[in-house]
Amino acid sequence: MRVHAKRALALVTGLLLPAVVMADWTMNMTPGVTGTSNQIFSLHMTILWICVAIGVVVFGVMFWSIFAHRKSQGYKAANFHENTLVEVLWTAIPFAILVAMAVPATATLIEMYDTTESEVDIKITGYQWRWQYEYINDDFGYFSSLSTPRDQIENRQAKGENYLLEVDKPLVIPVGKKVRFLLTANDVIHSWWVPEFGVKKDAIPGFINETWTRVDEPGIYRGQCTELCGKDHGFMPVVVEAVPEEEYAAWVAEQKEAAEAERQLTQKDWTLDELIERGEKAYASACASCHQPNGAGMPPAFPALKGSPIATGDMAAHIDIVVNGVSGTAMQAFGGQLSEVDLAAVITYERNAWGNNTGEMVTPKEIFDFKNKE
Amino acid sequence: MSAVADTHNQEHHHGPAKGISRWLLTTNHKDIGSMYLIFSFAMFLLGGSMAMVIRAELFQPGLQIVQPEFFNQMTTMHGLIMVFGAVMPAFVGLANWMLPLMIGAPDMALPRMNNWSFWLLPCAFLILVSTLFMEGGAPNFGWTFYAPLSTTYGPPSTTFFIFAIHIMGVSSIMGAINVIATILNLRAPGMTLMKMPLFVWTWLITAFLLIAVMPVLAGAVTMMLMDINFGTSFFDASGGGDPVLFQHVFWFFGHPEVYIMILPAFGAISHIVPAFSRKPLFGYPSMVYATGAIALLSFLVWAHHMFTVGIPLAGQLFFMYATLLIAVPTGVKVFNWVTTMFRGSLSFEAPMLFAVAFIILFSIGGFSGLMLAIAPADFQYHDTYFVVAHFHYVLVPGAIFGIFASAYFWLPKWTGNMYDETLAKTHFWLSFVGMNLAFFPMHFLGLAGMPRRIPDYALQFADFNMVSSIGAFMFGVTQLLFLFIVVKCARGGEKAPAKPWDGAEGLEWTVPSPAPYHTFTTPPEVK
Ligand code: HEM
Ligand SMILES: [Cu+2]
Repeated sequence: MRVHAKRALALVTGLLLPAVVMADWTMNMTPGVTGTSNQIFSLHMTILWICVAIGVVVFGVMFWSIFAHRKSQGYKAANFHENTLVEVLWTAIPFAILVAMAVPATATLIEMYDTTESEVDIKITGYQWRWQYEYINDDFGYFSSLSTPRDQIENRQAKGENYLLEVDKPLVIPVGKKVRFLLTANDVIHSWWVPEFGVKKDAIPGFINETWTRVDEPGIYRGQCTELCGKDHGFMPVVVEAVPEEEYAAWVAEQKEAAEAERQLTQKDWTLDELIERGEKAYASACASCHQPNGAGMPPAFPALKGSPIATGDMAAHIDIVVNGVSGTAMQAFGGQLSEVDLAAVITYERNAWGNNTGEMVTPKEIFDFKNKE
Repeated sequence: MSAVADTHNQEHHHGPAKGISRWLLTTNHKDIGSMYLIFSFAMFLLGGSMAMVIRAELFQPGLQIVQPEFFNQMTTMHGLIMVFGAVMPAFVGLANWMLPLMIGAPDMALPRMNNWSFWLLPCAFLILVSTLFMEGGAPNFGWTFYAPLSTTYGPPSTTFFIFAIHIMGVSSIMGAINVIATILNLRAPGMTLMKMPLFVWTWLITAFLLIAVMPVLAGAVTMMLMDINFGTSFFDASGGGDPVLFQHVFWFFGHPEVYIMILPAFGAISHIVPAFSRKPLFGYPSMVYATGAIALLSFLVWAHHMFTVGIPLAGQLFFMYATLLIAVPTGVKVFNWVTTMFRGSLSFEAPMLFAVAFIILFSIGGFSGLMLAIAPADFQYHDTYFVVAHFHYVLVPGAIFGIFASAYFWLPKWTGNMYDETLAKTHFWLSFVGMNLAFFPMHFLGLAGMPRRIPDYALQFADFNMVSSIGAFMFGVTQLLFLFIVVKCARGGEKAPAKPWDGAEGLEWTVPSPAPYHTFTTPPEVK
């Protein structure tokens, strides 16, 4: 039945083809690649088999009655309706099973809660709808957003192998080290999940949650946001790359250098065209999910920027709204999320794209001054 | 005839008034019961059609039919309508019809309030459904409406949603007060508490749960209302508030709420299984105590919905143990039903088919509940399709099959006619297959890592999603058959005797079928 339905439908739509090729029939949890995930997996299998065993006994008795004790076969009903011994037994035995189950569960839980003695600390912040990773000991950080093209989501292009589970910049961690994650959120509640690590923790505004992992095998591990966080909840994957220690150290050095170079850019003299070019990219990653790539927005929640009074009017007001956000709405304060260069670029882009041809620009230095004036 | 003459008629208690005023002004428990049941079925179809939209979008990867914003509105409205519009009113409808008949009372204790608590419901749902047509759309933050997604980031229609929840809450609380007043005051002489039919017992306990937790829900939405419109910061971290507080308050309501949706079904199943086993219910007292134990424990387990929010280790352990504990009385109920069937003289008319499926499939939902209760494992299950599978296994073959079983069991009493048994069995088998096809694969999807509440998914989830959608369409379409069966039964058919089921017990079978407009004007004697 399933196979036939599958085949018939595969014929109807060619777009389905990649799905059928790629799909598998995975039915169980992954044992994962960490100590925690393996312990969880064995708890999962234990409780599953306990349930199956109880089910076999209980449903066995039931099916026996269904087949053997039928009125249509002339079976006469017995009349018993109580038996203290069995009633005590079927209260006590399940209770004992549960106690037996609670013991290993407790042990695992205690271990999962032990975030001490970490070697690397990473702060993870949930945003609508991407993740920010900050390497707090090394003074750099970046955003990680979905990299699946819109065309694949809207079925204009064949879907790739890691459809919806791919990002522009994955989180990088060293193998064999205890990595501590500090989770929080900037807007609504998100939840950071990598099934193969057995790590899932909510990222909550105003709270800092802790969790940890130690990955022993290098590799790329994929997960998703698991707490409903608004319209693009399904489009903010988590990708983690676990690399050997030396590679990790080299990568960190490179990132620190790049961060320094980025800071230098603030001093550079920018032209209008350079800012617009950079702004288009920054707009696509930070703004387009709400205000849309064509600037038309999605009123009333997400106003249009195309021809809007803010984006074509007073410059100071425009800077203020982007840097400080509008409290009580989905418009975030981007002042802390984007560099001065990106802020300047995005504002300049917004003032010159989609027919907002104001010809005006704002430089990174001016943004820097604006922030410091406050 | 003119309306004036009709009212006159009614004053003489010859029978129901004619026309619309019969329904608007009625204080008769049977009329009100019917209205509740009809309303609930209408909401079941509406909520169900939203589920069809969801399953159609999830039929294959990619966005085909709806955009993510609308998808979120569908999941939210589907959940709210099914919980508050379909399941809860259906049980209140059954209570209205059956409680007075089961305890030998002439009517509910507070008939005018009864009328009011029904008519509030259509008003509440009119408001709720109208949000779909408002600017910014309907609520889109899930039926659990976690702050700050539902407060700071909610659509403008959220205030209407809050108002609708308030009205539903008032209606539920009044309904519950009525149930308690009726059961405690209007039982026939001789019917002691421990002689009450189980449906009466489970509803009595449910009513106490309702009175305890609906005000908590009202408190939660009132705080939201203040946050949204009056500048308070109960749940807004940037104003010194606490988003996690919202979850504690919500689930303090939410967990007892899930038992509100299942206990009355437990009661009904405890009538149907003995009737078609032709054997008394096994362990009546332990059934009563188990129900009480479940109700009490249900106040102590709320944070099992919050294992990943970062509550301290000690809290985590407490809620894990308490949740495991609740499986014990739940198990006792299942064992009692199975033992009732054991060495009975079984026959499988539609009510029994639904009841047997209830026991098996509800147990599967209980098993997955047990798995979810293991806190470390819940880190993997939480907010995936595994949870979706769990609560659909307890709610569809649990609450909904319980309602179908009750409907077929008591339809002859309500209409005076037998329903079409062949069609009813068809309804059962199609529902059974469709439901399992729709929801069983969700276990696999969740374990394989598919989060819930997403409009699009990675390719490895494609196959099971397609199977699930096919099952869902099958289940959905089948419910139109139920409508047909009930309408056909109401309009005619083989006449039903006072007691159409030879193994059934209880006062409701001592009155003729259909039950006259007024019954037990003088109370029967219970020995
Ligand atoms: C043996 C009894 C049960 C146990 C141990 C149990 C346990 C749990 C646990 C631990 C969760 C949270 C899972 C998570 O979000 O990660 C859950 C969710 C849920 N359960 Fe149960 N459960 C039981 C019976 C029931 C019953 C009888 C119902 C309703 C009739 C029910 C309805 C629900 C619902 C609606 C949710 C999900 C709510 C949501 O997040 O939207 N459960 N259950
Ligand atoms: Cu619960």
